[in-house]
Amino acid sequence: MKRRKERIDRGVKARSADIFALTSYREMLYLLIPGAIPVVGLLCFTPILSDYWREVMISTAVYALLAMSWDMLMCAGLLSLGQSLFFGIGSYLAGSLNYYAGLPPILTMPIATIGGGVLCTVLLLPVLRLRGVYFAMVTLVLPLMLSRLVEATRILGGTEGLTGLTPFPNQLTALFVIQLALLAVLFGFRRIMGSDYGLVIKGISDNDRSVMSAGLNIYWYKTQVLFLGACVGCFAGAFGTHMDMFAGMPGFALDYSLMPVASAVVGGTGTFAGPLIGAFILVPLSEMLRALGALRIVFYGLFLVIFVVGLPEGIFAYVQRKYQQRERWVDIS
Amino acid sequence: MGGYIMTEQVPLLRVKNLTKIFGGVTAVSNMDFDLPEGNLLGVIGPNGSGKTTLVNLITGFVKPTAGRIEFRGKEITGWPPYKVVGEGISRTFQMVRPFYQLPAFKNLIVPLYSPRVKKLAGGKYGNRDAVALDLLEEVGFERDAYVSYKKAGALPQGYLKRLELAKSMALRPDLIILDELFSGLSLAEVASIVPIIEKLKTKGKTIIMIEHRLKELFRIADRVMVLNYGRKIAEGRAAEVMESPDVKEAYLGSEGE
Repeated sequence: MKRRKERIDRGVKARSADIFALTSYREMLYLLIPGAIPVVGLLCFTPILSDYWREVMISTAVYALLAMSWDMLMCAGLLSLGQSLFFGIGSYLAGSLNYYAGLPPILTMPIATIGGGVLCTVLLLPVLRLRGVYFAMVTLVLPLMLSRLVEATRILGGTEGLTGLTPFPNQLTALFVIQLALLAVLFGFRRIMGSDYGLVIKGISDNDRSVMSAGLNIYWYKTQVLFLGACVGCFAGAFGTHMDMFAGMPGFALDYSLMPVASAVVGGTGTFAGPLIGAFILVPLSEMLRALGALRIVFYGLFLVIFVVGLPEGIFAYVQRKYQQRERWVDIS
Repeated sequence: MGGYIMTEQVPLLRVKNLTKIFGGVTAVSNMDFDLPEGNLLGVIGPNGSGKTTLVNLITGFVKPTAGRIEFRGKEITGWPPYKVVGEGISRTFQMVRPFYQLPAFKNLIVPLYSPRVKKLAGGKYGNRDAVALDLLEEVGFERDAYVSYKKAGALPQGYLKRLELAKSMALRPDLIILDELFSGLSLAEVASIVPIIEKLKTKGKTIIMIEHRLKELFRIADRVMVLNYGRKIAEGRAAEVMESPDVKEAYLGSEGE
């Protein structure tokens, strides 16, 4: 006897092209609960953790922001291997505004977000025409170049970096700031990609010639996406700088480039929720494995491989499918 | 050369001395032609004769080595594709290029998003989904059968070609360039698309059709242009053109010798 898996959309019962006719609390909850999970989870659960784990949550959130920024670029077909470029520039901008001009974090962070976004966009503008791995190579090299530039010219504190920067008043403030930013980016990006504008962006990565022949300047749209992604990355950098009270060459470290990619791959690309989930699994996991010492990276790598092979679509896509569809086995003989 | 009768009116499209050289290969060489408004020009020729390169040159996907392209008397030579579309020239691709992951009607959102459509609609976009569904019905997507809601990846070739046509129509162009729209379709499917093109023509659209299906093309074309090795070897009414010895040689020559 042969069997076949049948998938049936669970969905809401009455559905037209763009109207959801909600008839019961069950259906409303069905639509609302997935959105409520990150809000409740982040804002209510993390503050009750111990100081140490709150610290881990904060650094997780920074990586999650970088991962969502990576995902945004990926939506337009821009494969970035240099998220540390955004992190480093955001970090140095906020750091120097604070160090040299004495501005408080409440000013340096917004300025570094927007200014860094513009700066990174301008830096990457000449290579926006490159696709896939060629674009990736340039993004990989740029942060390395910039960190060597700082080392060689000894500007911005050179290898010492800028130290003694203004910290956040307390840990809880920092936690709430980064998590509100995280939620804003998550829902904001998801909304953008759900709109017609998002459709055009996805179109560029699927099939850029078709979008070109539809009378749209794809480079202009890629620039916009790059700016959005860069702003989010620079915000993460600016935040991290005030968190560590330090801005320096480690901001351009490879960690900030690779962790977001790993998070997005584990969580599922193109959804923003996926990279977020990925970061919230990988960063705490790497923290927990610290006890293993040198073996840590082995277990960490093993975990990554198992996930990528076992769930190539990503955790979020898998969960989403289970949530939206009922599966049952039917006999075909 | 260029012995065209000059009329008072500026032709919709004027191509002068257009040349494109890829490496050592001359894909299009010294092409000259005028296309009056409302005409349907058929472009035929053996494989590799430069038909698709001509389309790519006019629509800006490829920059010409030399020559001049004018649309409504305005030079558009070497413009990028999005600007060419903005002037009112749209095209279809020989190999269909839908967004396979999206439902068919969502494929039309991208062209409907273009600045040209916004400008023509008086700055208002309106409900693009509704416009998209109407357009698909116009090219023969049966509304009752919900074909428009199916993923483009699940549609048969005939519908994908219609979708491609709808995508170029969505831009409300003045000149539509159809690059081998009929290739890969059955006779019945071709027969069902021909009326759509005839309707476009009665609406006053100017059309260039690159075709291998000569019989169907000759039924609707006002004029036919024959290319061989990147050169125009004949132009005129379909029946006259096919009598020309050059054309006979290009199409049948290799077997005759």
